[in-house]
Amino acid sequence: MVEAQTISEAQVWEWLEDVPDPEIPVISVVDLGVIRDVDVSDEGVIVTITPTYSGCPAMSIISLDVELALAKRGLEKVHFKTRLSPAWTTDWLSEKGRASLEDYGIAPPQPAGGPERCPHCQSKNVEKVSQFGSTACKAQWRCRDCLEPFDYFKCI
Amino acid sequence: MATDSALFEFLLRQGDNSLVLGHRLSEWCGMGPALEEDIALANTALDLIGQTRLWLSYAGEVEGAGRSEDDLAYLRDAYDFRNALLLEVPNEDFGRTILREFFFDAFQLPWLHALIDSADERVAEIAAKSAKEASYHLERSAETVIALGDGTDESNAKMTAALTYLWPFAGELMVDDEVDHAIAEAGVAPLPSTIKPAWNATISGTFKEALLTRPDSDFAHAGGRNGFRHTEHLGHMLAQMQVLQRSHPGAAW
Repeated sequence: MVEAQTISEAQVWEWLEDVPDPEIPVISVVDLGVIRDVDVSDEGVIVTITPTYSGCPAMSIISLDVELALAKRGLEKVHFKTRLSPAWTTDWLSEKGRASLEDYGIAPPQPAGGPERCPHCQSKNVEKVSQFGSTACKAQWRCRDCLEPFDYFKCI
Repeated sequence: MATDSALFEFLLRQGDNSLVLGHRLSEWCGMGPALEEDIALANTALDLIGQTRLWLSYAGEVEGAGRSEDDLAYLRDAYDFRNALLLEVPNEDFGRTILREFFFDAFQLPWLHALIDSADERVAEIAAKSAKEASYHLERSAETVIALGDGTDESNAKMTAALTYLWPFAGELMVDDEVDHAIAEAGVAPLPSTIKPAWNATISGTFKEALLTRPDSDFAHAGGRNGFRHTEHLGHMLAQMQVLQRSHPGAAW
């Protein structure tokens, strides 16, 4: 076991970079923007998480994965705080996260409300199939050129 | 601040509206008319149940009797529910399901935006979080009402029948009572009646495109928000929703 106070907050952030999002494993929970704060004290490590969608079932898995990842590094006293405000926004996705999403075939969110281009062939000739998709955070789109369907990460 | 009992009532109304509509929408899971619609209904239900958790867990804290969000959702009977009647009537068909959701969304979005300025910080936080989802819901339900109203003769006839059935239930969302006045005086929320102009504008604009005619009558059934007289349908819905906790009290996994 590692004593929490000997660990820096930067070190914990670095470890959290290795914890993948349970639904979209190509991005980390840090890239997703749900980890809002890490606080190291005598009491242990306090990780502040903000939910993406209020009903997202992945949120409890994220806490579990963070706890397991830190336990693996020897940190046993991990506490979680939920922060609702300010509400999570897709603006908090990191640039690295956005690039990873596109590589994976998920178009990253755009303020205009629709994907900039097809993540497969980069064509801008795309159409919406449905405002909702395979998870709470995604919508279904289709490319009119390569005809491939793809997920679009909803912008909120 | 509002008295705790008024605040508790207010939070139950918030949570029960989301819970009951969320459950009704979830009844479509696996039965939607098209895969995309099935997924959309289930996702909307998920958002609403998520919002329910935020409202009811706060309600439990305010009540101070040790009841959790699950206790409030699964261990209360129909007369203790505080949802509007509009949200508990059966889905019937896809058109009526969508029109009901649209009536609610058209109220909920401006309502949540108003709650962002609440004097109660927790209410403001939950509203800010939920408003983002509500705006997405309204966009879709309004579009779908238009697609069905301005669709075929058959879809228009079904939407007209749905409108005739649902209209007398819609007004209850915006009728003030003594709890609303206590809450408004405390600065927690505006009076629901103040949402009426925004709601009317959304309904009129969408109906115009949907080729639907707004009924003349403003008669509104009452009795859901204060629990005085729910419809017979709520009990049947709860019998399904709460069956596990009723058959196996305290079951957990």
